[in-house]
Amino acid sequence: MTDAMFASPADAGRRLADVRYLADDAIATTVFLAQALGKPLLVEGPAGVGKTELAKAVAAATGAELIRLQCYEGLDEARALYEFNYKKQLLAIQAAPADRAWQETHDDIFSEEFLLERPLLAAIRRSDPTVLLIDEADKADVEVEGMLLEILSDFQVTIPELGTVSAVRRPFVLITSNAARELSEALKRRCLYLYLGYPAPDRERDIVLAQVPGIEAELAEQLVRTVGTLRDLEIKKAPSIAETVDWARTLLALGLDDLDEAAVGRTLGVVLKHVSDQERAAKELGLSG
Amino acid sequence: MASLVDRHTGFVAELRRAGLPVSVAEGLDAVRAVRAVDLLDRESLRAAYAATVVKRPQHRATFDTLFDLWFPAAVGDGAGAARDPERPARTLDDDGRPVPAALDPQVRRRRDELAELLLSGDDAGLRRFARTAVAEYGRTPGQESWFSSGVLSALSPETLMARLLESVLTGRERGGMAERVARRTFRDRIARFSGLVAGEVRRRIAEDTGVERTARIAVRPPLERLDFAGATRAEMEALRREVYPLARKLASRLVQKQRHGRRGRLDFRRTVRASLASGGVPLTTHHRPRRPHRPELVVLCDASDSVSAFAHFTLLLTFALREQFSKVRAFAFIDATDEITKYFAPGADITGAMTRLAAEADLVWITGRSNYGHAFKVFDDRYRDAVTSRTSLLILGDARSNYGELSLPIVRSMADRARHAYWLNPEPRAQWDTGDSAASRYGELLPMYECRNLTQLAAFIEELA
Repeated sequence: MTDAMFASPADAGRRLADVRYLADDAIATTVFLAQALGKPLLVEGPAGVGKTELAKAVAAATGAELIRLQCYEGLDEARALYEFNYKKQLLAIQAAPADRAWQETHDDIFSEEFLLERPLLAAIRRSDPTVLLIDEADKADVEVEGMLLEILSDFQVTIPELGTVSAVRRPFVLITSNAARELSEALKRRCLYLYLGYPAPDRERDIVLAQVPGIEAELAEQLVRTVGTLRDLEIKKAPSIAETVDWARTLLALGLDDLDEAAVGRTLGVVLKHVSDQERAAKELGLSG
Repeated sequence: MASLVDRHTGFVAELRRAGLPVSVAEGLDAVRAVRAVDLLDRESLRAAYAATVVKRPQHRATFDTLFDLWFPAAVGDGAGAARDPERPARTLDDDGRPVPAALDPQVRRRRDELAELLLSGDDAGLRRFARTAVAEYGRTPGQESWFSSGVLSALSPETLMARLLESVLTGRERGGMAERVARRTFRDRIARFSGLVAGEVRRRIAEDTGVERTARIAVRPPLERLDFAGATRAEMEALRREVYPLARKLASRLVQKQRHGRRGRLDFRRTVRASLASGGVPLTTHHRPRRPHRPELVVLCDASDSVSAFAHFTLLLTFALREQFSKVRAFAFIDATDEITKYFAPGADITGAMTRLAAEADLVWITGRSNYGHAFKVFDDRYRDAVTSRTSLLILGDARSNYGELSLPIVRSMADRARHAYWLNPEPRAQWDTGDSAASRYGELLPMYECRNLTQLAAFIEELA
C-alpha cells in the first residue's frame, strides 16, 4: 500500500467519527490494522449492528470510492469478476467487413473493448483509493469463496484472453457475514477478523444522539437501556441498532419524552417484528397492553 | 519478565492448547499487527491480537482470559492502587481478629464506594476498585492463595441491588418496566465487577505460581466443545443462544448438500425450448431439480434429571431444524412416555415450551427415575405407528436404567422398522457399561454415538439429514 489512509488507531476512530460512525477502540484498531497490514477485514455479527455501514464509513472517511459486491446464492464469476459482452461481440462479428480475416476479428472481439468489468475486477484495476465491500459472503456458494481466496491473496486476476491483471493499488477489502454458514478456515486465515456485537449502552446512546438530532440525552439513555433489556429476552429477532434509531425517531415524532409502559406498548412494533416476540416482551416487561 | 517474543510464542501456544485453531500464518500476522500498534496501549494490543488470532466469536472469552494472564494490566498491587496504611481494610477487635464483615465499618465504607461506582457505571473506577478490593480481601492472613470468594463475601455486591434500585427509581412505581430495566443494568454492572475480581485474582495467582499453570486451571473450553453436563448457568444461557444460529447453519449446509447432489430427471420441455436458440440442437440440457429426500424424524428423549441439560439442547435443535424434516414427533420419557410434539408448535415460545413440558407432560409412572424398559414398553403400546419405514428414529439418553429391565426386543423391533435408528449418549465413552449403564447392550441393536457438546451434536445432525 503506497499511502496510508489512517495514521493510527486513534486517527481511524476520529475520522470515522467525523463521518458519523462511532467506532469503539476495538473497531478503530482493527480497521487501522487492516489498512496498515493490507489485509482484508472479515466482519461478522448479528444483522443490523453496522457491518455494511462500517465499509461505507471507511470509504467516506478516506475519500475512497466504495465498490460493492452483494453476494447471493448462485453468484458466479461472470457476475463477480468479469464477462465478455456477448451481444456486442455478435454485433461486431456481423458488422465486420466480409474480406476481413477471421483471426483478426477474433482477436478484436476479445479485447478490452468488449470486457464487462464486475465489482472484483473493477476494484483491482482502479488506481484511485477504493473500498471493496463484499457483502454477506455467507450467502454465496462455496465456489465463490474459492475465487475470493485467489483474488484476495495476490490481488490479481488472470483473464485468459488479456493476460494477468494485477492491482495497481490494493483496495481496502471488507467482507461481511451474518454467519448463516461458517466461512472456510482458509478464507478466515487470510483475513483479519472483527466481531461486531450489539454495542455497549454508552456507545449506542451516542449513536442515537448522533443519528437523531433533537433527542434528549436522558430519553436516549432510557431507550438504549430498554432495548438492551429486550435483547436479553429470548426472542427471535433482537432489535438492531437501526431499529433503536428508528424507535428514537418514532418517539420524537410522537412527541413522547418519557419512555413508560404505555409509550413502549404503543410503539413496540418499531423494534420487535414478530408477534411472539411482542407477546413475550409485553409479558416480561409488564406492559399493560 | 521474559522477552516479548517469548511472551508471544507462549501466548499463542496456550491459545492453541485451549482449543483455538491458531495457524502459523495467523501467529505471524499477530506479530505484524502488534508491531503496528502502540504497545503501551493495552486495549490496542488486545484488539490487535483478537483481530489476527480469534476468528470465531465463541472463542473470544477464552482469548480474553488468556490475554489478561499473559499481558497483565498491573504487577503486584498495581500502580496507584497500593494499600493505604492509613485506611485499613478491616477493623480488628480486641483480640486482633477481624470483625465480621457485616458489622465492620471499614467494610461498610468500601461497600458505599462500590455502590457509588455501580450507580455511575464508571468502568475505569470499577476496575481500579476491583484491584484494590482483591489486594485487601482476596487473601486472608495465613492463606496461601488468592480467592475471589473472599472479596465477594466481604463486599457482597448482590445485596447492594435494593439500594441501587432505590436511588434510581425514586418516586416511581415499583415492579414495572423501569425497575426491570434498571435491575438489568445493575445486574450487568455487578457481573462486570465479579468478572473484574475474578480476572484480578487470576492475575495474582499467576504472579505467584506462573502463567502457564494458572491458564490451565482458569480456562474453560470454548463453547462448542463445552460439555453439556458440566456447563455453568451462564454458559447454559450462552449455549442456548447458540442453538438457533447452529440450526440455521446446519439447515443451509443441508440444503446446499442437496443442491450439489446428482441432477434430476431430464426436463424435456425446457431442453427443447433452449434448443431453439441453437437451431434445434440441444446444446444444453435442462434437468428437473431433484426432489429432496426429507426424512420423518421421531425423537425419543430421556427427560430425567441426569441428562436433562443434554435433552434440552437436542430438543431445541431438533425443533429449530424442523424444516429439514417432513414431520417431527418428539416423545419424552422418564419411566413412562408421553408425546411432547404439541409443545413445540411452530411459533411457540421455546423457553415456555420447556417449562410447560416439565410441568404438564405425563412422564412419571411410579418412581421418577429412568426406567428404559417400561418407557419403551409404553411407547410401543401407545405410539407404535409413529415409527414407520420412512422414519429416522433418534433415541437420546445415557442408557442407565437403574438396573431395571431393558425391553431389548421392543427396541430391536423399533430399530428394524425405522429407516434409520440412532442412539445419542451424553456420557463420555469411557463411562459406558460402568455401573447400571446398558450402553453396549442397546448399542448392539442400533448405532450409539457419544454426544456431549455442540460440535458432536452438529456433526451428528448433519449425518442424519
